[in-house]
Amino acid sequence: MPEPFETQLDMTEALAPAAGGGGPMAASGTDALRGGGPPRTRRRMPWRREIRTGGLPGGRGLWSDAWHDLRRNPVFIVSALVILFLVTIAIWPQAIADGNPYQGNLAKAQEGPAPGHPFGYDLQGRDVYTRTVYGARASITVGICATAGAALLGSLLGGLAGFFGGWWDALLSRLADVFFGIPILLGGLVFLSVVTSGSVWPVVGFIVLLGWPQISRIARGSVVTVKQHDYVQAARALGAGSGRTLLRHIAPNAVAPVIVVATIALGTYIALEATLSFLGVGLKPPTVSWGIDISSASAQIRNAPHMLLWPAGALSVTVLAFIMLGDAVRDALDPRLR
Amino acid sequence: MGRYVLRRVLQMVPVFIGSTFLIFFMVYALGDPVAALFGDKAPDPATAARIREDLYLDEPLWSQYVHYMGQVFSGDFGTAFNGQPVTELMAGAFPVTLRLTVVAVVFEMALGVTLGVLSGLRRGRGLDTSVLLLTLVVVSIPTFVSGTVLQYLFGVEWGLARPSVSPEAPFAQLLLPGVVLGLVSLAYTTRLTRTSVVENARADYVRTAVAKGLPRHRIVTRHLLRNSLIPVVTFLGTDIGALMGGAIVTERIFNIHGVGYQLYQGILRQNSPTVVGFVTILVIVFLVANLLVDLLYAVLDPRIRYA
Amino acid sequence: MRTASHRSPIRRTLSTGCAGALVGVVALSATACGGGDSGGSGSGIIRSSWGDPPNPLEPANTNEVQGGKVLDMIFRGLKTYDPETGEAKDALADRITTSDQRNYTVTIKRGHRFANGEKVTARSFVDAWNYGALLDNKQRNAYFFEYIEGYDKVHPLSGSPTAKTLSGLRVKDDRTFTVRLTQKFSTWPKTLGYNAYVPLPRAFFTHHAAWLKRPVGNGPYEVASYSKGAVMKLRTRDDYKGPDKPRNKGVDLRVYTDSNTAYTDLQAGNLDLVDDVPAQQLKFVRADLGNRYINQPAGIIQTLTFPMYDSAWRGPAKAKLRRGISMAINRKQITERIFRNTRTPASDWTSPVLRREGGYRPGLCGNACAYDPARARKLIEAAGGLPGGRMTITYNADTGSHKDWVDAVCNSVNATLHSDRACVGKPVGTFADYRNKMAGKQMTGPFRAGWQMDYPLIQNFLQPLYYTGASSNDGHWSDPAFDKLVNQANAASATGAAVTSFQDAEKILAEQMPAIPLWYQNGSAGYSERLSDVVLNQFSVPVYHQIEVG
Repeated sequence: MPEPFETQLDMTEALAPAAGGGGPMAASGTDALRGGGPPRTRRRMPWRREIRTGGLPGGRGLWSDAWHDLRRNPVFIVSALVILFLVTIAIWPQAIADGNPYQGNLAKAQEGPAPGHPFGYDLQGRDVYTRTVYGARASITVGICATAGAALLGSLLGGLAGFFGGWWDALLSRLADVFFGIPILLGGLVFLSVVTSGSVWPVVGFIVLLGWPQISRIARGSVVTVKQHDYVQAARALGAGSGRTLLRHIAPNAVAPVIVVATIALGTYIALEATLSFLGVGLKPPTVSWGIDISSASAQIRNAPHMLLWPAGALSVTVLAFIMLGDAVRDALDPRLR
Repeated sequence: MGRYVLRRVLQMVPVFIGSTFLIFFMVYALGDPVAALFGDKAPDPATAARIREDLYLDEPLWSQYVHYMGQVFSGDFGTAFNGQPVTELMAGAFPVTLRLTVVAVVFEMALGVTLGVLSGLRRGRGLDTSVLLLTLVVVSIPTFVSGTVLQYLFGVEWGLARPSVSPEAPFAQLLLPGVVLGLVSLAYTTRLTRTSVVENARADYVRTAVAKGLPRHRIVTRHLLRNSLIPVVTFLGTDIGALMGGAIVTERIFNIHGVGYQLYQGILRQNSPTVVGFVTILVIVFLVANLLVDLLYAVLDPRIRYA
Repeated sequence: MRTASHRSPIRRTLSTGCAGALVGVVALSATACGGGDSGGSGSGIIRSSWGDPPNPLEPANTNEVQGGKVLDMIFRGLKTYDPETGEAKDALADRITTSDQRNYTVTIKRGHRFANGEKVTARSFVDAWNYGALLDNKQRNAYFFEYIEGYDKVHPLSGSPTAKTLSGLRVKDDRTFTVRLTQKFSTWPKTLGYNAYVPLPRAFFTHHAAWLKRPVGNGPYEVASYSKGAVMKLRTRDDYKGPDKPRNKGVDLRVYTDSNTAYTDLQAGNLDLVDDVPAQQLKFVRADLGNRYINQPAGIIQTLTFPMYDSAWRGPAKAKLRRGISMAINRKQITERIFRNTRTPASDWTSPVLRREGGYRPGLCGNACAYDPARARKLIEAAGGLPGGRMTITYNADTGSHKDWVDAVCNSVNATLHSDRACVGKPVGTFADYRNKMAGKQMTGPFRAGWQMDYPLIQNFLQPLYYTGASSNDGHWSDPAFDKLVNQANAASATGAAVTSFQDAEKILAEQMPAIPLWYQNGSAGYSERLSDVVLNQFSVPVYHQIEVG
């Protein structure tokens, strides 16, 4: 059994004078388990910060605190730079690739690296390097936008379901269950085959439509847990309204699992786009994307592994950047780490 | 709690009706399935009309649905285009897929939680980094590739497992496919556990437990782990349905005639009895899984109660 | 993957290759799955890959390769096609005679029995054909009987049948029946090797459901057990009287979901024969199997068909455009690099399996099928360029890996026209949707078409596809001169004259180019060291009875 009553201790500690800002990121987490001396962690409960914010008009709020922390976090800076780079080549691929991603020389199909073609050629004899650079646009757009959409919609609906419970929960959760039931293939054929435009937005919208229920379940579970915590109960006892409680106290503490799922989902959504394209209902040819190239390379894994390596590597780097970013944001939002 | 469960069971009724109608409508929206039965020849109109009549395709949507539901309540889920009753397809597919899902879930749960706890406790160290790399690999390498490569290595190169699963599909043959199926989910469970462990390691009850001088393994298993499991369990609840219905790639690679495969065939052939039948069962699986997860919350964290 | 079973139900789509790749959740296509281990070494049983038939296994209802494979083993019809020459030889037919190419008298051989002991008589054929033709039985291949008189009564275009049996069929005695056709059709007896024409035992009609669970025929094999979606066990009949008695003890057809899995099982020694080597394995197939790999022509041709109902493509004025596109396609390079020589560049509208005697004539297409980018560009420009400067090639995405070759064809056209996006592929999600678009005349540019012959006759490659209003004339092309030559060929009493007329008709195709011939498809197979004497017939199906085990 967990010991639910420990928290009294925090209350007293929390009422002590503020202990100041950010400790080293990766250090404190597990200290408590290392045995030996007393926990070093300096703690500040969110509701306490609120008291401070309320008391000092010039003070920083939770979110600006987090931003302040983030800017000094090397992990954040590196991952942000990587993402910035990816976004740049998505907008302006010509900057680092002067080849033609569409036209190939079939005579060179599946050949390995050659001078001027460091990553080799694909099945159609197109330059893998150029394709990888040009593929960023569609994949990054789908990845970021679909993840953002599904995460926002899912957190919102899941958060409301978890926070209010009762009929809200019943309605929103059962709605999610209905969406869970739609097979991707069927949904794709029905919703996307009527689309004739070549843009990525229908695909993004479709992924959001099928992606939100999972994030909503995660967010709901997280909110249900956090709702019971003492500081939330305390905040409500002190008269904080629903919106304020949800936004200031619950959201920051419940967001971690959502971030984890969303950052990994980013990778799977990029792959999902390829699945849809493979089924003939995703991005319209001749759009270039990592997913499409990974998918066509998969069949050739025995014949030309280099075809898979580069687009899959680019996808890995993207997912890595977002996982690191997610970790940094989560840490920044966790007051216990300061 | 009894009332809560009862309420949730009652909620299944509208979800059941809603999703069957939605799926029925979606298959209907795909268009006429009959032409494809004739392959590359234009169907002879008279035969096609007879087949449509047999399938009630000549009736309006609502009456097709009512007719179908009437059949379902009398235990008849209709027939696939090859003349096999859908119930027979389901009886063949669901047990196999269930076993496959069990293997995948046990794998992603056991390994995911273990790796997650270890990397959470040793944040930033070598193991943590390796687990992160593993996550990246399973996310960016398609199941098709990991599946065929593992199949080749285990099945042909080392001769340790059969490349294809026999129709009886015993657990032993499903180990490799189950692992392949669970790989992507493993990334989720590992990272979810890790994050929860990192957060909860700083929680008060853990500090108290440390202060009380409890042994380390007891703190980890009894206090830390238990409270860290909530997001993981939530994820698994959402994943079970996805694993059962969406294992198409894995099932195809290992020659498993499971739910994903049959559903896929049903959709491509636009056979609504097959699709609606399978999805209906899947929706019930989702609902039950989610109910169990909600009940587990209260077990894992007694502060959570249900009205 | 070869979709065998899903693959367009009908033995004429081609598909092949491996679709492979599926990143996320879904993959494509089908062929199906392993059986137990019965038939290990020494048992004389061949373990062969199979795809579950998409239709019930009735002869006149089976229109695709996988079901056809079984029917080939458990039935024998009046004629059978020589696996090597494709010649239609008498099987159960003792003789088929006619004096006017319209009224035929069929006499069957003595002594043949179904596996349940029943004698094969003239009635076995007539009953089976009447069953296949009758509208009430909803047989997909009913149209095979359309040349027999009375078909319009048993199978009216609308409404209920006014007769139960074909008036053109008469049983004379136990061994003889007569057939009256609606028109002259000199090569009609040669079509009788098709599965729809096999005889059926009484049990088919009296115990239909039981028969479907375990079909009974008159061929060299009988069904020992059939577990749908898993395995069909066929065993050699001891009492079979034909000359083609099997040299093995039986065949286990195991259903595979994916041809790649079957190939892996072959490598692991769990399977003896795969009759579809997946495209992604072709690079190493010689290293894997050595000489145990077969790659030979099959009666399949792939074309790009134009929607002749669309004013942008229609008419003789646009023939230049259509020919220009044909000349912009580098067939040789695509068959080498994409298909690894499992296709041969096409230069007529038939197939090498017909052999020259049967009407195959490479080069008949002339320059119009030869890659010549400079002339292609000139022709296309002279015709006013591509309609709107763009063209799409429509294909269905659910079977076969059509994307790879469609992209390659488009790249070839684009390179010719010095443009990145003049030609792009246009996938359609399902085969059903693809067929419906075709039937609804909704194609706006060339689309892929594959034709697998029903029987090895030049007539079968031309009439169903290009005759006005024919059942597979999906481009809705129509040319009176072509129709006239086809009629003339059908009425000819000598085979040589018929073939010449058909080839004259084909020359009109070369001028008008309503469909661009792309390549002839090969059949491929790989087998284990246990087997010898493995050959494929023209339908790319292994000739099972000739295979020796051990």
